[in-house]
Amino acid sequence: MKHSVVALTVNGAERQVLVAPGTTLLDALRESQGLTGTRRGCDQGACGACTVLVDGKTMMSCLLPVETIDGATIDTIEGLTPMEGLHPIQEAFLEGFATQCGFCTSGMIMATAGLLARNPDPSREDAVRAISGNICRCTGYEAIIDAVLDAAARMRAAKRDKAA
Amino acid sequence: MEKIDTSFFSKEREADLFVVGESVQRADARGHVTGQTQFYEDVTFPNTLHLKMVRSTHHHALIKNIDIEPAMKVPGVVRVLTHKDVPNNWYTILKLIGVGPDDEPVLPEDRVLFKGEQVCAVLAETEQAALEGARRVVADYEELPPVFDVEEAMTSKPFKQAGTNYFVYEGHNCRRIRFGDVDKGFAEADHIIEHRYESAPIEHAPTETTGCTAKPEGSGRVTVYSNTQALYFTLDNMALILGVPFNKLRLVGGTVGGGFGGKVDVIVEPIAALGAMLTNRPVKYAYSRAEEMQVSSPRAAERLYIKDGVMKDGRIVARKITLYVDAGAYCRHSTYGTTKAAAHMPGPYSIPNVHVDAYCVYTNRTPSSAMRGFGVTIGDFALESQMDQVARHLGMDPMELRLINAYRDGDTKAHRKTVEGAALVEVIQAAARQTGKELAPRFAAMSSYQREA
Repeated sequence: MKHSVVALTVNGAERQVLVAPGTTLLDALRESQGLTGTRRGCDQGACGACTVLVDGKTMMSCLLPVETIDGATIDTIEGLTPMEGLHPIQEAFLEGFATQCGFCTSGMIMATAGLLARNPDPSREDAVRAISGNICRCTGYEAIIDAVLDAAARMRAAKRDKAA
Repeated sequence: MEKIDTSFFSKEREADLFVVGESVQRADARGHVTGQTQFYEDVTFPNTLHLKMVRSTHHHALIKNIDIEPAMKVPGVVRVLTHKDVPNNWYTILKLIGVGPDDEPVLPEDRVLFKGEQVCAVLAETEQAALEGARRVVADYEELPPVFDVEEAMTSKPFKQAGTNYFVYEGHNCRRIRFGDVDKGFAEADHIIEHRYESAPIEHAPTETTGCTAKPEGSGRVTVYSNTQALYFTLDNMALILGVPFNKLRLVGGTVGGGFGGKVDVIVEPIAALGAMLTNRPVKYAYSRAEEMQVSSPRAAERLYIKDGVMKDGRIVARKITLYVDAGAYCRHSTYGTTKAAAHMPGPYSIPNVHVDAYCVYTNRTPSSAMRGFGVTIGDFALESQMDQVARHLGMDPMELRLINAYRDGDTKAHRKTVEGAALVEVIQAAARQTGKELAPRFAAMSSYQREA
């Protein structure tokens, strides 16, 4: 099988990825890029553990043949984490006890990042809808929904502080 | 929320429960929110072989022939493992705590006992090649009639090497509790109330599927990176199956992407480690989502018959329980689960006459095993549903019926253990307070510590 080279901007860095036909973005991130924070739960778009941002939109990376997104910008959980401290979404999940086994957490946080990029002031219903493609089997949805709303409030406050 | 009542501990030691009632951060939470938590699949090695399993297409069949040659012709396929490659093929997970006999083959020899059972393992350079190889293996079967119902299985022709379709507990076909005289109790009772309760198997569906990577080391050891919930069961069983001393094996794990009991069995590690030993290459064996849902052990299906002899005033004077745990094709943790189920009967109630038969039954269904409170959860569903049925039959308040029968400190349970630290009365009283329900004065004044005069 002939491999092809796909150009991606991954967490701000330009990467050339050599892929076999049909390679998913999930495999490219985990296996070629070593970005294992994006999790593999089902490989069939059912669980949301592999959620990343593709050109700012939340996508399940296990369903995306990487050859179809040449030139795309990809953001993963690794890119969200600042050099110092945590991103407000991460703080909200941490302080809100919104993690248990942690396997769904990366996907939940990236789904939240996608939501807050397009809607900085979501309702509870918006938050529920934003994570509706992400499964948590430790049954922590209430804490996660609270964390999404808390993250939104933290980001709005940070923006206000910056403006002031 | 009510303040946590620590008075029970007051006589034992200082009531220094600093953590109980407080919110304490998980040690691994920061790793979770940054994606830095390392699950087994995040550790990778160059030159890794991928293992895919050929699985039984029948619920119950004799294996007439397995032709691995077509698989070996697939580019990238390196080796196919069958039972002949396994040094000690027969095992049972709880062997090291004295459970026996060995009833499960690592890879089956002459027959398969459930649909989806592992038949042989294909090792290949890529996952795709391993899948293609597994597809090409030709297995010929002679179908045998399967049995799916626990009560039918009790009277069906034995299909297991062990010779019975039920686990033998100290010479008996079930775990038994005999306390008082139930027949006498039933004869004295004003009412006889009997119901049947039943549950289906329940899959844990962890977000991370079961898997491991076994890596041969230069030292001659094999390191296994696993998401097992039971590192020591896994280590012990691997050593026995592979016929190597414990110090030739190292298990790395403890980070589990959801387990709930579903990752307590020892299934993937021995085969992956065997593959690693035979090829001197790292071997990864990870369940697909479909495998996780179809072949990983669920919570056992159970069936319970509960017959109560009850007096007009609500006292249960006799309780007879017949309980079936559907172990599926192999015993795994279900023999232990059945013992737990028996130990849990007749519920947290002081009943003078108790008779329990708890059967651990083999059927041609997916083997069941551990899951959150297994053995107890379905029993509780049945017992507490039965309490509600009794209350309804008597026209009695269900909380008060439970208080009348609640076990108290100093009572002798059906297992002839003296009760200590009972709290059922207080829990029901607190539940009544929190739901705004007024209990009659004699129930509000009850205590677990001493019976009223």
